[in-house]
Amino acid sequence: MTAPALLTGTDDGDLPARGSSRAWKKLKRNRSALFGFVLVAFFVAIAVLAPILPIADPAATSWSAIRKPPSELYWLGSDEIGRDLLSRMIWGARASLLAGVVSVLLAVAVGVPFGLLSGYFGGWTDQIISRITDALLATPFLILAIALAAFLGPSLTNAMIAIGLSATPIFIRLTRGQVLSVKTEDYVEGARAIGLSDIAIMWRYILPNVFAPVLVQATLTVATAIIAEASLSFLGLGQQPPDPSWGSMLNVAKNFMTQAPWMAWWPGAAIFLVVLGFNLLGDGLRDALDPRES
Amino acid sequence: MLTFIARRLLIAIPTLLLVSVFVFTLQKLLPGDPALVLAGEDRNPEVLAFIREKYRLNDPILYQYAYWLGGLVQGDLGVSLRTNQPVLQLILDKLPVTIQLAVMAMIIAMAIGIPAGILSAVKKGGPIDYIANFVALSGLSIPNFWLGIMLILLVSVELGWLPASGYTSPFQDPVRSFQTMIMPAFVLGTALAATLMRHTRSAMLGVLKADYVRTARAKGLGERIVILKHAFRNALLPIVTLGALLFGELLAGAVLTEQIFTIPGFGKLIVDAVFTRDYAVVQGVVLCTAAGFILMNLIADVLYFLLNPRMRATL
Amino acid sequence: MRQSLLAALLLSASALVALPAAAADLRIGLQEDPDVLDPDQSRTFVGRIVYASLCDKLVDITPELEIVPMLATAWSWSEDGKVLTMDLREGVVFHDGTPFDAQAVKANIERSKTLPESRRKSEVQSIESVEVTGPMQVAITVNEPDATLLAQLSDRAGMMISPSAASAAGADFGANPVCSGPFVFKERIQQDRIVLTRFADYWNADAIHFDSVTFLPIPDTTVRLANLRSGDLDMLERLAATDAASVKADSRLVYADAVSLGYQGITINIGNGERGDNPFGNDPRLRQAFELTLDRDAINQVVFEGVFAPGNQPFPPTSPWYDKEVPIPTRDIAKAKELMKEAGHETFELEVQVANNPVQTQLMQVVQSMATEAGFIVRLKSMEFASLLADQTAGNYQASQVGWSGRTDPDGNIHQFLTCNGGINDSKYCNPEVDALLDKARTSNDIAVRKESYDAALKILSQDLPIIYLYHQTWIWALDGKVEGFVPFPDGMIRLQDVKFKS
Repeated sequence: MTAPALLTGTDDGDLPARGSSRAWKKLKRNRSALFGFVLVAFFVAIAVLAPILPIADPAATSWSAIRKPPSELYWLGSDEIGRDLLSRMIWGARASLLAGVVSVLLAVAVGVPFGLLSGYFGGWTDQIISRITDALLATPFLILAIALAAFLGPSLTNAMIAIGLSATPIFIRLTRGQVLSVKTEDYVEGARAIGLSDIAIMWRYILPNVFAPVLVQATLTVATAIIAEASLSFLGLGQQPPDPSWGSMLNVAKNFMTQAPWMAWWPGAAIFLVVLGFNLLGDGLRDALDPRES
Repeated sequence: MLTFIARRLLIAIPTLLLVSVFVFTLQKLLPGDPALVLAGEDRNPEVLAFIREKYRLNDPILYQYAYWLGGLVQGDLGVSLRTNQPVLQLILDKLPVTIQLAVMAMIIAMAIGIPAGILSAVKKGGPIDYIANFVALSGLSIPNFWLGIMLILLVSVELGWLPASGYTSPFQDPVRSFQTMIMPAFVLGTALAATLMRHTRSAMLGVLKADYVRTARAKGLGERIVILKHAFRNALLPIVTLGALLFGELLAGAVLTEQIFTIPGFGKLIVDAVFTRDYAVVQGVVLCTAAGFILMNLIADVLYFLLNPRMRATL
Repeated sequence: MRQSLLAALLLSASALVALPAAAADLRIGLQEDPDVLDPDQSRTFVGRIVYASLCDKLVDITPELEIVPMLATAWSWSEDGKVLTMDLREGVVFHDGTPFDAQAVKANIERSKTLPESRRKSEVQSIESVEVTGPMQVAITVNEPDATLLAQLSDRAGMMISPSAASAAGADFGANPVCSGPFVFKERIQQDRIVLTRFADYWNADAIHFDSVTFLPIPDTTVRLANLRSGDLDMLERLAATDAASVKADSRLVYADAVSLGYQGITINIGNGERGDNPFGNDPRLRQAFELTLDRDAINQVVFEGVFAPGNQPFPPTSPWYDKEVPIPTRDIAKAKELMKEAGHETFELEVQVANNPVQTQLMQVVQSMATEAGFIVRLKSMEFASLLADQTAGNYQASQVGWSGRTDPDGNIHQFLTCNGGINDSKYCNPEVDALLDKARTSNDIAVRKESYDAALKILSQDLPIIYLYHQTWIWALDGKVEGFVPFPDGMIRLQDVKFKS
């Protein structure tokens, strides 16, 4: 945006290694991205360290502490059967981060290649992939999820698969749309004219353009995936009681909105912070990987 | 252009068939016997046998699908196992409700998301950018049920401004219809606004650095014109795709929001139907929402054409 | 701000003036959307709430569960207990003008027995024939003495629908039900509302004080209560137990409750397929040990704020059929451990399936936590109801948390679950001694004989424990302060006779 950027222009000839090390430097200089990184890292650390942190057993109940507001004994309060919300939040971070991140990675890993193929080659490949994508997109998430539960048996892993699969078509569509708009650009036509292979063109010229919207969508989907895990544990497909996840904690809190509002505060706030973290980090990555930005 | 649309409409038929096969198979994979759910608490064996016979639950799956398809060709979507009502009637009852909610939610989402995205991109890194991001992401991560219940408790119970829940047709009483729909539409809209805002921001950041925007700036055009006429027009492409997708999703219904505001739309209908194994209803409604979805995609593609002239050559 | 306040005041003032002229519409919030509105095909509890305003029955019950006249004014059993003669009320018409008479009763009972879609078949199974013995008298012959028949006729099996409308509509009767109750069916929008309007020719019209009733299904309990508080509802059913205290404290609302006829418990697979063949199904000592880990009062306090009724039998402790000699056992971990040791287990791993609604899940997590202390490692399998039901019927379970909505006659809560050939005996518990006692209780019209048989059976069952009963739900209604005359019934119904708005 500044004058030097104008002068530098686009340098497509950069080697990947040099580009990424420069991107890393840019990322470190970006304060909001750093903040996002710290947020995400904090929750990941909590999730990883849960077993060794000095906290109460997340399943230990106390009949004398039913839905107690935050206090010295229960820092975040206690839940509907007298369990410590702090330790449930910490243990719940594991299930929720896994559900959020793994399912999105799955969706991206499957969705982007198919979107590339579909958009780049067009014709029958595009027709088949697009029709299947349309059919998948049009199928309600819930039907897919219950059917998977029947197939695989209820567990957190299967919940991640179900969420990932249902988020896949949107990445296919997004990638395909982006490819369609880029492949008519002059530099792609040029690359084709000089005889570069399809794979090389996709890798060097198309994929970088797909990256930004996919990254944005991915950081947003992490949020919906964490919330989707809630509906799945509600259907008996996700985390099984009494093991906690933020989503299932929210589900329970829904019934105590007036009696014990704090039960919804913590998982809600945690999801917000994680989502904020992933989005800021995503923004930073996006800028850092954009060669036009200094 | 017209041949393109006609071709796409033709292609929609196999897609819809694919959806119906897909949903039918998935439903048959579900555990649980619809006859058990429908026979009543005491599960009389005679009644069980009758239900299995009447709804052909003992027939091979392929036959069952063929019966359904046969009915469909004659315009018969079957009857609800749960209430004996014709599925077509159910869909016609709920379609206007669902569309009304989807349109209102989409308007709210666009009204918030797109301007916020543009502003945030233009003022990137400044306080406005941070505030816009913060608000949009809260909209995304605040659970719909929480916002919904809070709104009901505040606006309806405390202040008494709006009815707490329920639905009124706009043809019966347009004012009340708007009043009952505005809170659920807001709840849905704010969640979508975040997605729209983030994508608008991203797309705008992309085009603001493009050559033609620089050229426009260099020509000394006013900043407002550069942003709205040159930059935003080009940033619209991914936003249109996404908008169509989001709208298509809205058409399939929003279960939790519908449940909290007690709006008789597709979301609640389809979830209840899945839970009671009401096959005919699930098949019929999914077919309908899928058709709506495909239509939205077609509209998105047509807009693509109009916005990006260079693409016409490729199709 | 001030202007809008003024406008609001003016509006409410005009509303007050307009009130006496306005039609009295009672708006009732329901927890679910009812299923098909045909008394012979209906299968949900919530549907029966609508019928209470729509369809009169041959007999009704009092809150104390005594059978009282409704469309039948008097009845008597023959000496051998095989013929029930009923005299019918004169001057009753159905909503379509068809007169109510003996022929109509015959047609109705035959429809319940023979309509292929009928869900009433088990309830009227004992009826062999219905004879018209006078224009206003019928004689119902049963194949063996049936003490439960009158109670069956006080519910859906005894609801009288217009025979002409029924024969015209066939199985589609539910789209436009025609009965003889205080209100006429007007319209229904699925998952939105059911509207009934006052029936001018109702035989007991003086007791009815509303021009119309609107039933609104609002599944979310918090939202249902918010609607009552904002004035969008006049009353609601099944208030969450956790909201009871706040309703009681609200001077603008009225609270009413009644312990239900049903129960919630844990059904144990004893002989239903291979999965019944495990130590928990085979050794009653393990089940006894499990029961001893439970503190039912604490469960009630933790999950239901003490509003429900703890119980250990198919009937609530308030019922005359409750066996006081088998009281709720007090929690005894030491004894539970001892029993487990006797059965040869230090710890025991048990899988319990539970419906995936938040309250049942909360309940089972409390049970899980209690049982842990004696060495039971309970794994909860939270399932969607249709899958749970299928697994339970097929015997693909070890233990299952389920309940029963309850019947007026005690037989309905026990016979079909615990006799060897019982229609819904998912435990496949089979004890000839219990069978004999329950059969005896079913066929005798002598209350003392019945009570004695049930007591004897309950003593055996409390040792065998094919079902570990946990609690009895309490029906809770919340009403706007302006509604008066509502009487809570243990069947959970809303009877609108003599209910009105305060003037």
